[in-house]
Amino acid sequence: MPQIFPPNANAFVRWALIGGGLFVGLLAVALPIYARTVNNAVGVPVAQPVDFPHNLHTAQLGIDCRFCHTSVEVAASANVPATETCMGCHSQIRVGDPMLAGVAASWDSGLPLEWNRVHDMADYVYFDHSAHINNGVGCSTCHGRVDQMTEIWKEEPLTMGWCLECHRAPERFVRPRSEVFNMAYVPPADQLTLGAELVATYHIDSDALPQCSTCHR
Amino acid sequence: MAVVTGVPPVVETNRVIAPGQTAGMLDDVVNTPVLVGPQRTPTWWWIGFGITLSLLGLYLVSIVHLITTGVGIFGNNQPVSWAMPIINFVWWIGIGHAGTLISAALLLFRQPWRTSINRFAEAMTIFAVVCAGLYPILHIGRPWVFYWLMPYPNTHGMFPNFRSALTWDVFAISTYATVSLLFWFIGLIPDLATLRDSAKSRFQKLLYGALALGWNGSAKAWQRYMRAYLLLAALSFPLVLSVHSTIALDFAISQVPGWNNTVMPPYFVAGAVFAGFAMVLLLAIPLRRAFGFEHLITLRHLDNAAKLMLATGMIVVYGYVVELFYAWYSGVEFEKFMAYNRVLGADHWWAFWALIACNLLAIQPLWFRRVRQTPWALFLISIFVSIGMWLERFVIVVVSLTKDFLPSSWGNYVPTFWDWALFVGSFGLFGTLFLLFLRLLPAIATTEMKELAHHDAHHGPDAYESIREAYYRGEVRA
Repeated sequence: MPQIFPPNANAFVRWALIGGGLFVGLLAVALPIYARTVNNAVGVPVAQPVDFPHNLHTAQLGIDCRFCHTSVEVAASANVPATETCMGCHSQIRVGDPMLAGVAASWDSGLPLEWNRVHDMADYVYFDHSAHINNGVGCSTCHGRVDQMTEIWKEEPLTMGWCLECHRAPERFVRPRSEVFNMAYVPPADQLTLGAELVATYHIDSDALPQCSTCHR
Repeated sequence: MAVVTGVPPVVETNRVIAPGQTAGMLDDVVNTPVLVGPQRTPTWWWIGFGITLSLLGLYLVSIVHLITTGVGIFGNNQPVSWAMPIINFVWWIGIGHAGTLISAALLLFRQPWRTSINRFAEAMTIFAVVCAGLYPILHIGRPWVFYWLMPYPNTHGMFPNFRSALTWDVFAISTYATVSLLFWFIGLIPDLATLRDSAKSRFQKLLYGALALGWNGSAKAWQRYMRAYLLLAALSFPLVLSVHSTIALDFAISQVPGWNNTVMPPYFVAGAVFAGFAMVLLLAIPLRRAFGFEHLITLRHLDNAAKLMLATGMIVVYGYVVELFYAWYSGVEFEKFMAYNRVLGADHWWAFWALIACNLLAIQPLWFRRVRQTPWALFLISIFVSIGMWLERFVIVVVSLTKDFLPSSWGNYVPTFWDWALFVGSFGLFGTLFLLFLRLLPAIATTEMKELAHHDAHHGPDAYESIREAYYRGEVRA
């Protein structure tokens, strides 16, 4: 009877076992590294149908965030403006500029611009902008210095671990309500003291914040 | 010594192995059906495989529908959030326990009657664990992230809660699956080598050759093998008690009346072995008939399994009595109402009384040896026990949840078509795996049976008989 298995078949099995062990070991090293370094495309600009320089409109022209993101104080969604909002100015300013061709086309056709979402939360997360804005979480805490961005990108990874950094200790990030829309706000040296006072003043329920059902309903 | 071949005549005996078995006869009756070509597969196998494959199709359709639509296809909703998925999970996992008891506990207690039923009972355990393990995963609603149940480095800023019995469950089930699979495979190795050595087709030579891991049958290999086998048996034995205790704690450490009860762990373990032996009998009775194993899986095996079924069944009934006693003795109105609602409540009184009929009344004939040695009667009783144990979990899970503390939150539960489809379909998964096992692997541990046959020939009652005769003939001296 001819041999079916070559003489090195046993060595193959042995190496497969060693390889399996190495794979598990590698996984044990790689997973923590991945978990610590994953950044969910932080800092990578997201291409848009029309280039919208946030820095020009906010820092240089002085338009408030809420001029376009109208519902940020009252609703879960901050709102992305309609073409009509753009045309409020651009029917007079820089009419016919090729950079604005997409806006003009949208105005003519009546079809809205299809912006690409930058901050995409998982569908099982209940996130409410108004709850954060009204309790002293500043725009720049999560979105970074949008007033300095020529293109738009994510400043933070938006992982659950990142959310919990604040939900487990809100006093580390809360600022006075009057400073929420101040993009240049720098936390004071005694942030923890001030934060604790604000948490008490705003009746932020620190025990409820890290509970599952606060965000997963 | 001349090698005796050919299938021996069917003899019903009350012994662990019919007299006069030889190694060659065992190979013929157990290994030959495994090694024949596909065209000689028996018709009953094809019919059975067709049925189980259709049910498996139903199972897969249910899973696809579940994943694409969501858990809303099931009837579970507040207050009954644990319904058929959890009932079926506990039912399947319980069934596995008899296999582990037979393979590990009876090995350590040196019970020779384990040998001819341990292989398929262990296969039953593994396939039951597969069926069981899928239910919680499907029940979590997003099955694709089931690995969140494991403690691993993640970006969620979360870790499993080690104070929760549900986390213990994850470890209990995965340990059980791993140890059972290893134990089964280690036990198979010498048999796989036998199959490798008598394989005819190239496919068989490759399959059994690779699986036999280069087994050479040397004394050293045997010594190491026996040591590994015993060690794994010692590891498996506590699992018989611990796995179902952990599952019982899912219920017992909660506050729900009807769940919060210290008798739960031992009573769940007894129930698991009870249901498991019913399933062993449901498989063994057709199996010994189909393969002509009546001389290997004898009436003695059926008798012993029935005795264990009766004993564990009575422990389970004791559990029912104690539950009702606690309800009265605690003096807690919610517990008392739970007991009333369970026994006489308008919605589910039938479930409790059907359970009593199946688990208390149906097993009483097992007190009689005649019933224990009548295969069809055992088969019938085992069906009752399987239904009864399913009803027991229904009563514990559903009836307790429908009406707990707050009357304004009371509700009811009605299973949907998909609840039933996923349950009936799981039989397809189990049956398909089991039939493939019967076709591709020896259903009886031939190596150990040869040892038993050898022992029986030299030290069994016949051996002494022949030695005595030889002594009187003057051929042997005392």
